[in-house]
Amino acid sequence: MTAAEITYRDALRQALHDAMAADDSIVVIGEEVGRYGGAYGVTKDLIGTFGAERLIDAPISEAGIVGAAVGAAMTGLRPVAELMYVDFLGLALDQLANQAAKIRTMFGGQIGVPMVLRTQGGTGRSAGAQHSQSLEAWVMHIPGLRLAMPATAADAYHLLRHSLTMPDPVVFIEHKALYARKERADLAAPVPPWGQAAIRHAGDDVTIVAYSRMVHTALDAAAQLQTSGIGAEVIDLRTLNPLDVATLRASVERTGRAVVVSEAHLTAGVAAELAARIGEECFDYLEDPVIRIAGEDVPVPVSPGLEAAAIPQPGLIVETVRRMLRR
Amino acid sequence: MTARPNLPLPTLYRTMRRIRSFEERVAELYVRGLSAGSMLHLSIGEEGAAAGVCAALRPEDSFTTHHRGHGIFLARGADPNRMMAEIAGKASGYCAGKGGSMHIADMALGHLGANAIVGGGIPHVVGAGLSYRRLKQDRVSVAFFGDGAMQQGILYESMNMATLWDLPVLFVCINNQYGMGTRVDQATRSVDFTQRAAALGLATGTVDGADVEEVLTAAQPLVDGARAGRPGFLAISCYRFYGHGRMDKSPYRAADEEEAGRRRDPLAAARLALVARGLSSAAALDALDAEIAREMDASIGFAGQAPPPAPEALFRDVYADGEPAPEPLRVRLDRVLAES
Repeated sequence: MTAAEITYRDALRQALHDAMAADDSIVVIGEEVGRYGGAYGVTKDLIGTFGAERLIDAPISEAGIVGAAVGAAMTGLRPVAELMYVDFLGLALDQLANQAAKIRTMFGGQIGVPMVLRTQGGTGRSAGAQHSQSLEAWVMHIPGLRLAMPATAADAYHLLRHSLTMPDPVVFIEHKALYARKERADLAAPVPPWGQAAIRHAGDDVTIVAYSRMVHTALDAAAQLQTSGIGAEVIDLRTLNPLDVATLRASVERTGRAVVVSEAHLTAGVAAELAARIGEECFDYLEDPVIRIAGEDVPVPVSPGLEAAAIPQPGLIVETVRRMLRR
Repeated sequence: MTARPNLPLPTLYRTMRRIRSFEERVAELYVRGLSAGSMLHLSIGEEGAAAGVCAALRPEDSFTTHHRGHGIFLARGADPNRMMAEIAGKASGYCAGKGGSMHIADMALGHLGANAIVGGGIPHVVGAGLSYRRLKQDRVSVAFFGDGAMQQGILYESMNMATLWDLPVLFVCINNQYGMGTRVDQATRSVDFTQRAAALGLATGTVDGADVEEVLTAAQPLVDGARAGRPGFLAISCYRFYGHGRMDKSPYRAADEEEAGRRRDPLAAARLALVARGLSSAAALDALDAEIAREMDASIGFAGQAPPPAPEALFRDVYADGEPAPEPLRVRLDRVLAES
């Protein structure tokens, strides 16, 4: 296969299609996943290929959906539970954090819960405070859950395919503002292995760590910095659990400076964890404090200008890096 | 009581006696300081529910339980030694000592897990039902829970999905009248629980848990119906003889209420019936009780002698073998501090 234009959404659908064609035990359970084709169209037409037995339209019962997926995963299926918005995680958090995450440990390793919780988050559609959050810290905090957050169409495909082979529960958080994003990708070409970060832009002056949509924000900033001769290395984490600390270390030890960019709220967020890791692991190499650029600590507003102001923008990253470097 | 020789009362009696005897020793384990903590919830008084429903199941069927599930697991054939070892937090327990009383499970016996979150295990049987139907396995999955879970939303999500999808699932409420210290009529104005299940389209039954044969009689058609894709709900009324947990002396219950409640004893009733029907004698039952007592005494000995888990087990089984595992704190500190 050669590189062709593909959207993030279509890459996800292709991954589900190919995985379901290869593995009869995969079923999708969620609201509007079948006849409707998914609120964002990711499962569009899959019901025609795989039938209603495998594209299971569920009532609006998030805890029940995730709980049923847990039970199905323990008894021979490989379910994909879809939460239409990550904001609905609160409704299902017991089943994710107290059940799916802990069953292997609590039961002494007798059984795992090989399920994938697919959901999407983030801002960009003026969807308001209850449909625009970035709640990955809730997931990353709980041992037993893997967490993937793809930034590119190729990763959307490959990380989802890999998630559907994992022995443990994977939370797979897509970004609503990326669904329509097109890129040239050859889905048959290899990507870095699961758990390994990717360097999306090379540079020697500063390391910018990001994931999901913020990778593109960081890449915009890196391109602007490049024009003034500042080399920013942009690392796309791809998965937050496992977390590729080795790639972070190698980069920061070389650049001596790190900026962590996350769309999630600043306080007690993923950026805080990443900054702490870099601080501990790379202390002797750091020229400056590790800087967090994250979502403002406010509920996300609807009004487009305010919504954009609530999350990191390339200009702020550029300005911050210039101040750090005094250039 | 009319004679029902076709029902396996001697077997049911034995199952109930084993549960009673085991639970008494769980209490003893705690008193002797051998249990791992005080989170021990005894099912004394509820033996009829466990024995009766489990007698209606087939070996390949599966189930989840609430936190008061020792009896159900024993009724399904659990080994008291491995159970007691688990309750004591020992490596030879069912869950390598990591689950304890409230998270005991055994895939070989179809035990998909006890749960310490009220209602937490209920949706798992919906998922099991989906699996059995998709994998064309002739199996039923049963969720056991208490009256407390009747007030949890997840129960209604689960019952609704089970009927919507015609799954081989049964929901069994063992109503022992108390959610911790709150009597059922202090938790809801709707105490006829079968109405709620019927409203969602489930087949329902209600039965007195003090009569184990009646429980089996009520459970069997519901299990058979579930097997045919008609999910059911069974409400079993009984009385929690003792406190919520081992620390709870239930000061919120009147003495006469407790006395009356403890007269609703499925074990004593079965014993009377066995003798009255000439199915056994007091002497034979005494001998059986003594044999069971020895078996359960031995389980305490087994648990007491069993070694605890090795310290390195802490990092095992968080993820599957061969997958990236958590980095122990000490390993990280050694690395970070060595470099700075």
